[in-house]
Amino acid sequence: MKKKISILIVDDEESVRDSLYNWFIDDGYHVECAESAKKALTMLESSDYDIILADIKMPGMDGLELHRRIKTLSKDPIFIVMTAFASVDTAVQALKDGAYDYVTKPFDPDDLSHLIRNATAQISLKSENESLKSSLSTLVDVEDLIGESEGLKKVLSEIESVAQSNASVIITGESGTGKELVARAIHANSPRKYFPLVSVHCGALSESLLESELFGHEKGAFTGATFNRKGRFEMADGGTIFLDEIATISAKMQIELLRVLESKTFVRVGGNKEIASDFRVICATNRDLKSMVKNGTFREDLYYRLNVVNILIPPLRERVEDIPKLANFFIKKYCASMSRDLVTIEPAALKHLTELEFPGNVRELENMIERAIVVGNGKEIKLKDLPLGKEKMNSAIESLDDLEKKHIANILSKYGWNISRSAKALNVDRVTLYNKIKKYNLKLEE
Amino acid sequence: MSKQRILLISCGHFEKDLLESLAHDICREFGYPVSYKECCLEMSGYYHPGRRQYNANDILQATAAVSEPDVVKAIGLHRVDLFIPILTYIFGQAFLGGDTAIASLFRLRNELYGLEPDQHLLTDRFRKVVLHELGHSFGLIHCMNPVCIMRSSTYVEDLDQKKSHFCSTCAEKLLQLRGQYDNDCMKPI
Ligand SMILES: [Zn+2]
Ligand SMILES: [Zn+2]
Repeated sequence: MKKKISILIVDDEESVRDSLYNWFIDDGYHVECAESAKKALTMLESSDYDIILADIKMPGMDGLELHRRIKTLSKDPIFIVMTAFASVDTAVQALKDGAYDYVTKPFDPDDLSHLIRNATAQISLKSENESLKSSLSTLVDVEDLIGESEGLKKVLSEIESVAQSNASVIITGESGTGKELVARAIHANSPRKYFPLVSVHCGALSESLLESELFGHEKGAFTGATFNRKGRFEMADGGTIFLDEIATISAKMQIELLRVLESKTFVRVGGNKEIASDFRVICATNRDLKSMVKNGTFREDLYYRLNVVNILIPPLRERVEDIPKLANFFIKKYCASMSRDLVTIEPAALKHLTELEFPGNVRELENMIERAIVVGNGKEIKLKDLPLGKEKMNSAIESLDDLEKKHIANILSKYGWNISRSAKALNVDRVTLYNKIKKYNLKLEE
Repeated sequence: MSKQRILLISCGHFEKDLLESLAHDICREFGYPVSYKECCLEMSGYYHPGRRQYNANDILQATAAVSEPDVVKAIGLHRVDLFIPILTYIFGQAFLGGDTAIASLFRLRNELYGLEPDQHLLTDRFRKVVLHELGHSFGLIHCMNPVCIMRSSTYVEDLDQKKSHFCSTCAEKLLQLRGQYDNDCMKPI
């Protein structure tokens, strides 16, 4: 197991030590505290720490002096100074002396997290380099990408090969194929995993909303904006931004996006300060971007900037062999989330699933299973618990009567031969339904 | 006495629907039944005029004092702006493995960020803060899974990225951690 990163907090104020202690403990760090620089030096005699967070102003020895002493100890922790707003000048001096960074009290939680994540990323990068990158060949956090089909294996191996780099990725696939899951897997397996993965569903937002969403806005930019709001690009600093439905953005946003991708800087709405952000961009679309470039609805320069790597997710109908595994995965998932005992699925129902067309892909399958667990008997998912769906084209052409018979039989079975409900679903009266049952000689099967 | 419920302590008015939906999610994720209690803490004592915010550590202590002996965990629900001495704000607070947690929906409202009010989103965010803080109180630390409820969130948009569930790793850890509070009549989740 990987060693926990250790943090030493040096501050004379107890409430500060306690607050920080609890904050970092939640993050899973090993945390110790010292109430003075002198105590910290004593602790350093017997222990090593990865990160030291020290207040600049302390009675006795101050933070700057502590930093100088530590440097002579041939130890190399990341040293971060904490300062009150008034003593920023001293903090800048600490930076000149080689401190890693400084934070101003009270900290914005986001700034503090970011600072520590940066430090953590640096430490683990160092230790990964030292320990011969041995475990990098296995993907983590891909538990939702289920299956063993060639199509899925190809996607997984593409995720693996692209995760370590900074390259922009476009994920193409029909809706419901799991484009966001792929983006998540790339992020979780990249060196950026310590930082946020920020998703933006471009298709759901108007142009002006998308602008404020992506770039953020300053306090007072419009009525009601009581606080500054970070944009998604800013939140993604150090991490990854996932732009879903990229094909839907307007011509104006395409230009703005291109500019941000080139400069990695932007300005908040209503602001004038240039903000820099180090993010990786992953896009997704269910459209053919290349043909959109050809017919002039998507900028070519933007397309090439985004499309360094293209991952194509096959539709579910092209990976039918994954359906049983996926079905069982969703059964487990929903039984757990509905706090029910685990149900099974009867072979006929499973077979039916492999015969469906699934225009809504994995998501449609997932919805089907969730529904089947809700309507089912709580023990086994039966054929009747599944919707009819659009089956793949049968080679034999069926007559209208055949289709009607099949449809009525399915509806009857779905409603457990409750005539009123079946008639209602078929939008006919009960007498008509009885006549059809007679005509087609339909019987309740046990 | 065996401890087998989680207690929601509402400080300030919360809709019945909201409380019921929270109870439902807590029960689903932690496997304990949930009961409610209303409580009027004298909040002025925790107010910091300079910061115009309320001290979360003090409120956490006060909440612990009004909890009941037979609950496994209690969480106080608030509507005020919370801070701890070193941070400009927090959404909620819990001690790792502690008995009590608190959460506030003050900073979760869209209106604060110049956006249209969205009751649904607000409820969703609050639910996530509550589940997250309770997760800490059961001893769970932050998780790197981008959509796990135990992912650390410092911005409302961070909350929106998460789901209201534990990832499989955290769910498993929770099950282990829960063991110490359980008695044999508990059904595994
Ligand atoms: Zn937390
Ligand atoms: Zn987790």
